[in-house]
Amino acid sequence: MLSLLWYCLVALMIAGYVILDGFDLGAGAIHLFVAKSADERKVILRSIGPVWDGNEVWLLAAGGTLYFAFPALYSASFSGFYLPLMMVLWLLILRGISIEFRNHIESPVWIPLWDTGFGVASILLAVFYGAALGNVVRGVPLSAAGDFFLPLWTDFRTGTAPGILDWYTVLIGVLALTALAVHGAFWIRYKTSGELSTRVREFSQGAWWILGALTLAASAASFAVQPQIAVNFREHLWGAVFPLLAMAGFAGMRWCSSEVGAFLSSCVYLAGMLTSAVFGVFPYVLPAVGDVGHGLTIYNTAPAEYGLQVGLAWWIPGMALAVVYTVFVYRKFAGKVS
Amino acid sequence: MDSALAVHRLHFAFTVTFHYLFPQLTMGLALLIVWMKTMALWKNDEHYNNSARFWAKIFAINFAVGVVTGIPMEFQFGTNWARFAKAGGGVLGQTLAMEGVYSFFLESSFLGLFIYGEKLLGRRLHWFSSVLVWVGSWLSGFFIVATDAWMQHPTGYAVGADGSIRLDSFWGLMLNPWTLWQYPHTMLGAVATGSFVMASVGAFYLIAKRQEEYGRTFVRMGVIAALGAAVLLLASGDRQGHNVATYQPVTLAATEGLFETAQGAPVTILGQPDTNALRIDNPLLVPRVLSFITYRNWSAEVKGLNDYPRDLWPDNVPLLYYSFHIMVGLGTIFIALAGICVVWLWLGRLYESKTLLWALMLALPFPYIANTAGWMTAELGRQPWLVYGMMRTAAGDSNNVSAGNALFTLVGFMGVYTVLGILFLFLVYRELERGPSAVVTEGH
Repeated sequence: MLSLLWYCLVALMIAGYVILDGFDLGAGAIHLFVAKSADERKVILRSIGPVWDGNEVWLLAAGGTLYFAFPALYSASFSGFYLPLMMVLWLLILRGISIEFRNHIESPVWIPLWDTGFGVASILLAVFYGAALGNVVRGVPLSAAGDFFLPLWTDFRTGTAPGILDWYTVLIGVLALTALAVHGAFWIRYKTSGELSTRVREFSQGAWWILGALTLAASAASFAVQPQIAVNFREHLWGAVFPLLAMAGFAGMRWCSSEVGAFLSSCVYLAGMLTSAVFGVFPYVLPAVGDVGHGLTIYNTAPAEYGLQVGLAWWIPGMALAVVYTVFVYRKFAGKVS
Repeated sequence: MDSALAVHRLHFAFTVTFHYLFPQLTMGLALLIVWMKTMALWKNDEHYNNSARFWAKIFAINFAVGVVTGIPMEFQFGTNWARFAKAGGGVLGQTLAMEGVYSFFLESSFLGLFIYGEKLLGRRLHWFSSVLVWVGSWLSGFFIVATDAWMQHPTGYAVGADGSIRLDSFWGLMLNPWTLWQYPHTMLGAVATGSFVMASVGAFYLIAKRQEEYGRTFVRMGVIAALGAAVLLLASGDRQGHNVATYQPVTLAATEGLFETAQGAPVTILGQPDTNALRIDNPLLVPRVLSFITYRNWSAEVKGLNDYPRDLWPDNVPLLYYSFHIMVGLGTIFIALAGICVVWLWLGRLYESKTLLWALMLALPFPYIANTAGWMTAELGRQPWLVYGMMRTAAGDSNNVSAGNALFTLVGFMGVYTVLGILFLFLVYRELERGPSAVVTEGH
């Protein structure tokens, strides 16, 4: 029971991370293309400058909480996804210093260098995160001891000897990039005014169709790749609320007339998509391919009860404080950036 | 030594050593910036506000590198030390998750406000945000030291019938006697770095006859804080040494280079450990002192390495011995230098003393070396254990990650961190060149 609760809490933190860091990753992924002048680019970066680091903390806090609540999952997945995780770390370094170092020198050499670094790192991070989610949904070749090691690619097919990248995980990676690009565009539109705001609006309206097509394709592919998803939705019809949430968000992106409404719709879409995936693979946290019985579940990866109980006593007040800080910061930096 | 294990160890050692060059300045400067903001608020003096703005710029560059090099540390428990992460996760997951929840949110939220929000916040809230950045950074230090302390001297746990380690007492974990002294000792080490860096920059300005008004402030605040930190470092280090003597007596013998058990054991000031002949070559000894500092008794018996089985010895005795001696030697020099500077300050002669200003300016690297040597003492002293007395280092690495894969990422990190280090020095140098008066004209 406690494991189930922690499963939901970790999922909540990951959703928090994807929604919050998602918009600055998305803004980073498109800023090279939607900004037509140095000033516009600066405005986009200023819209995320004070908050990106706080957003990234959700990753650290989610990672720490995942380690605490499911140590065996943390240990198996971090060592098994060794190479792509290390590359994510390098990309996070590139992204972090690009945005922090950029404004130190006003020079036509320095600024475009870091703007490009920021754009490239943001794009690749979005793709990597998507591919990571794809790997978790598809499953990995876990041994009886509960570990694995995946190469970056094999023959690009799902099956019993997949790589990090196969047709399915690449598809999810592209979906993630598109979803975050649209998410970032809604954020920029909400935080800016004038021509730039209009231009990102046009971008998001065009990209919305691509996002819809990719969402459909990825959903169908997920049912094909991971049989557990169909089982869960068949046995627990109430789970349909998650995909419905995603659909409502998707519709809201198109038809919500207010800027903040469109951005929030995008948040709802992301939350709906993530929770659908989480619900779909339950009770697995990392399914196995090949010998399905080796899959890691919330039950065989959790520590003893006492630790999980104590955790609730500090996690709840701690996260309540974190939400207070986050709200405070966003309120202080509310309004359009000029 | 199995080569994959060696690469995993080097991987962690390299990334954590580079990483800790940055948080030590962050944690030390955070306190000094609070001091400046408090003076500005209390005396209503813009001079202190400008000083704080200038150091906030250095702080921000330093913090950015600290954050991006810190994330790999949390990941590496799982990536490179999976067997340890799995076995110890029920306990260590607590402190690592608490660091994220309690300190990173606080630190990052209020650092954003502190750097970007001076106009939005007003004087009092801006001061308060500097306090919260300091609290956040020191909380982070607490959870990391508590994590390390559990590896040095595990408490608050129980071992299940299946051999799994589980948390047994939350307060037992949090109030580990090892943390009690290692935490203040580590934070004081950070204050030493922050204050010597500040004094060094001030001395540079005074010698160069630039920004002299700020130079005097930085030297004054720097040497006062440095003296306080250096004296308290000695006291906390002494108590920490007592912990080592109690919980890791083999380590004590190795750090001191004591091979033969002795009553009234001498302390070794200089000399080279010879682990073949089992003695110190070219020793410079002070009789009976080791017995006194360990047990407060000039003739107490201190057990030497030769009376412990070799497989309990730390696996690199000479490096451990040198790390410890470098730390203690530098700590002694810090007390002397800061002490003389404070006396000269009191006499009103410090700002004119070229000798002392040069000494302060050139002191810049030494607190970094001392902090690094201190951590090397702690972690080499923990060997051959990953969790002292419970899990050997050789039993904790990821055996599903081959030496070749680990070396690939180690080389990658070496390249990335070289570039980061160069960029950091370049940007900080530029800020020092522009100096504190530049932040006034920018109006922030």
